Amino acid sequence: MKIIGLIVAILVGALLVYAAADFPAWSDPASPASTYLSPHFIEKTMEETSVPNIVTAVLADYRGFDTMFETTVIFSAGMAVFLLLRTFRREEPEARHYRHVLTGVTLRVKEGGELPPSDDFERIDSLWTPHDLIIKTVCRLLIPFIQLFALYVIAHGHHSPGGGFQGGVILGASIILLAISQDLRTAVKRMAEKLDALLCSVGVLIYAGTGALCLLLGLNFLDYSALASVLHVDSIMARSHGILIVEIGVGIAVMCTMIWIYNNVSSGGKYNQGL
Amino acid sequence: MSLQYPALIVVVPLLSALVISIAGWVNKRWCFPITVAALAVAAYSSVGLLFRVLDEGVIVYKLGGWDPPMGIAYYVDHLNGLVLAVVSIVALLNAIASKKSIEQEFPEKIGPFYTLYVLMVTGLLGIVVTGDAFNLYVLLEIAALTGYGLIAMGGGRGPLSALNYLYMGTIGACFYLLGVGYLYIMTGSLNMVDIAGILPDLYQSKAVMAAFIICMVGVWIKMAFFPLHAWLPNAYTHAPSASSSLIAPLVTKVMIYVMIRLILTIFTPEFSFNILAVSKPIVWLSVIAIFMGAILALKERNLKKMLTYIIIAEVGYMVGGAWLGNRVGMTGAILHIANDALMTLCVFLAVGNIVYKVKGAEFEDLQGLFRKMPFTMGAFIIGAISMIGVPPTCGFFSKWYLISGAIQAGHYGFMVALLFSSLVNVVLFFRVFEICFYEPFSDHHGHGHDRHPEPMDEAPVTMLVPLFIVAAILVLVGLYTGDIVNHIIEFAIPKGLV
Amino acid sequence: MADLISIIVAKYNYWIYITLMMIGLYAMIAKNNLVKKIVGMNIFQTAIILFYVSIGVKKGATIPILEHGHGGHGHHVVHAADYVNPLPHVLMLTAIVVGVATLGVALALAIRVYNQYNTLEEDEILAQIREE
Repeated sequence: MKIIGLIVAILVGALLVYAAADFPAWSDPASPASTYLSPHFIEKTMEETSVPNIVTAVLADYRGFDTMFETTVIFSAGMAVFLLLRTFRREEPEARHYRHVLTGVTLRVKEGGELPPSDDFERIDSLWTPHDLIIKTVCRLLIPFIQLFALYVIAHGHHSPGGGFQGGVILGASIILLAISQDLRTAVKRMAEKLDALLCSVGVLIYAGTGALCLLLGLNFLDYSALASVLHVDSIMARSHGILIVEIGVGIAVMCTMIWIYNNVSSGGKYNQGL
Repeated sequence: MSLQYPALIVVVPLLSALVISIAGWVNKRWCFPITVAALAVAAYSSVGLLFRVLDEGVIVYKLGGWDPPMGIAYYVDHLNGLVLAVVSIVALLNAIASKKSIEQEFPEKIGPFYTLYVLMVTGLLGIVVTGDAFNLYVLLEIAALTGYGLIAMGGGRGPLSALNYLYMGTIGACFYLLGVGYLYIMTGSLNMVDIAGILPDLYQSKAVMAAFIICMVGVWIKMAFFPLHAWLPNAYTHAPSASSSLIAPLVTKVMIYVMIRLILTIFTPEFSFNILAVSKPIVWLSVIAIFMGAILALKERNLKKMLTYIIIAEVGYMVGGAWLGNRVGMTGAILHIANDALMTLCVFLAVGNIVYKVKGAEFEDLQGLFRKMPFTMGAFIIGAISMIGVPPTCGFFSKWYLISGAIQAGHYGFMVALLFSSLVNVVLFFRVFEICFYEPFSDHHGHGHDRHPEPMDEAPVTMLVPLFIVAAILVLVGLYTGDIVNHIIEFAIPKGLV
Repeated sequence: MADLISIIVAKYNYWIYITLMMIGLYAMIAKNNLVKKIVGMNIFQTAIILFYVSIGVKKGATIPILEHGHGGHGHHVVHAADYVNPLPHVLMLTAIVVGVATLGVALALAIRVYNQYNTLEEDEILAQIREE
């Protein structure tokens, strides 16, 4: 296999090196890619969509259809991971382990035994799981700021680098950080599995639904200027607002899918302690 | 509303997939009706679209209202109109037929399964309808990712086969993406028609040639063209019946459509056949593919796996036919996309019924099936004789076009390969019929002369009716081949190709 | 010789991406461990992303976000030469997401395979299958 791999890699590399001879040099302003479509995008975006961030405008408007399917790709990945891994059959172990949070003492409760009802105990899945007060506290303090920044990234995508994907990933990362620093159970308590899965679909639905709304209002699919009559703005501002709406949908979908994939992969579909 | 058909074909399944995933959490019983309704709308729109194309010619649909090279546009012509209709009808029939087997195999995960099912159909329909090279890549990945999930749900070696498929599929898709990147760096455009307009000045460029080769290799990996076929047999064999009868008829065929689209639209026949001059070696490669597929199929003792090797041989038919470089061969290849999708659906649905009742598709499991499941086997025979190529089933006519194309091109090796593969199919299927005809011997040891034939134990009606419809379509398409060729395929091939 | 060096320097982005891509492709084909193959797959995809992004670069241009975007009321003239090509960035945002999605599914499949065979080494898995 090693030799085959080497031969294939070298053959492909040779073909690519051979072809690179005809390519324009690096950062050449006269290359076809820079002179054919991009000047239109750069010069006309502001007039046509009223969005200064050209990448956002091209992403969510000119090529908005691609982006809708890109959101769908990640949704289907989340769905596929769920379908593959999630096990609903619960195998309750003979004994459960609890930790007294303040002292770090671990209790072993046999089957049928009961624990004194108290918030100070947390369930753990093995005799020893790492536990660090400093990491837990610092992460807990950080998470709200991370989320706030994520909302800024989503909302400010029109004017600065950012947008639905980036913000959604940061939002998802904040919950995943909770799951890593505490454990998966705590994170799932904050963001229940069903809610997460439903929000995934809702996020993509916001995107596709906006497109379908444009279609129902009489223009082509995803032609946001149709929203002008609903939003009471002119058709160019309607494009700008339409972009914001779909970016929010993307943000929700990406956040939830990231969490969903992490939960399933880290716990092997069992939704117990996680990593 | 008919103006919006191109969008509806893709958007209705997409929206329904999302609704199904929500319904999966609320009430599982809603999943199946929504699936069928969505696929029915898609099938209705695509057939309506095909008739509009027949009346008006090429239909352009601008997504987001942006003019083509800026935004993404759909171009629906006779070629993808035909493929769209086939894909959506196959998906609809299979969804109805596989209801029971899905409920039997994974009762807990009906919601996610149907979601992925409909998303996969969305991806395949999107690949066919789009006119943008990069949009095609995104949809390719949707179809692929959902496909990995659907295949891995099969027990046993399912996950391992799906993982191997994932490696190969990702290489294939990335090669395609890289090829598109090469086209983009040379032309600055991503729109297929636009690229085709710019390319003629660049035909001598090494980069364009490399782009062509890379795209082709990528698509060949995806369609399991010999010698890049290694992932296919295991992946399709170990998939659950409902997935394999969706994926086996459609994925390879849609990828062949992509190849033909690359040859005809993006690079134009002039470049593909005359300037590059690689037709001969590729046709020879497909000759080897047909021989290898046929020989490897002979070796198999599992009905489903045997059929997967036949698929590899059929891929050889279509690649070879498309690369013969003449009009008749191309007609045969396009016709065979439609026919092969329907034939494969027919035999895989029949196998699905058998697996549903017998719980296996090894040759030993098949004994006595003619008595046990006469209706399923009846439809299976029609599918089988169509694969062999017996008139009046449709398999005969596409094979006839392919053979005439081979003769016209003077490529007798390809002709011999087609005939050889037909003969091997005769052997393969009659061997299966023979096994199915005789009763199992081992069951009668204790009974002496008192032989009780096994009682009839046929699959449920919901599985049988779609199977009969497919079998009927096989004959109907065969009878109306002339119309299909004269009114649809004739216009699908550019005038330049003779 | 000087020609060769100037070609190498002028197009160094292509050489880097080709090298990375060969590494990824080799890992995907030759490695025995299923997770190493996934790592190779990621390198492979990242190489293509680098290639696309490097297409967009333009000498003397800045990021594609218009200055004075609001409040200028259209008096401000935008020159295409001042901003880099936004299209490759858009395309690669999509490709990155596809890469992440593929990675998620691949890891899920690897977990399933590991649960089934208790190993991720391909030769050991194949040996187990042969024994069955």
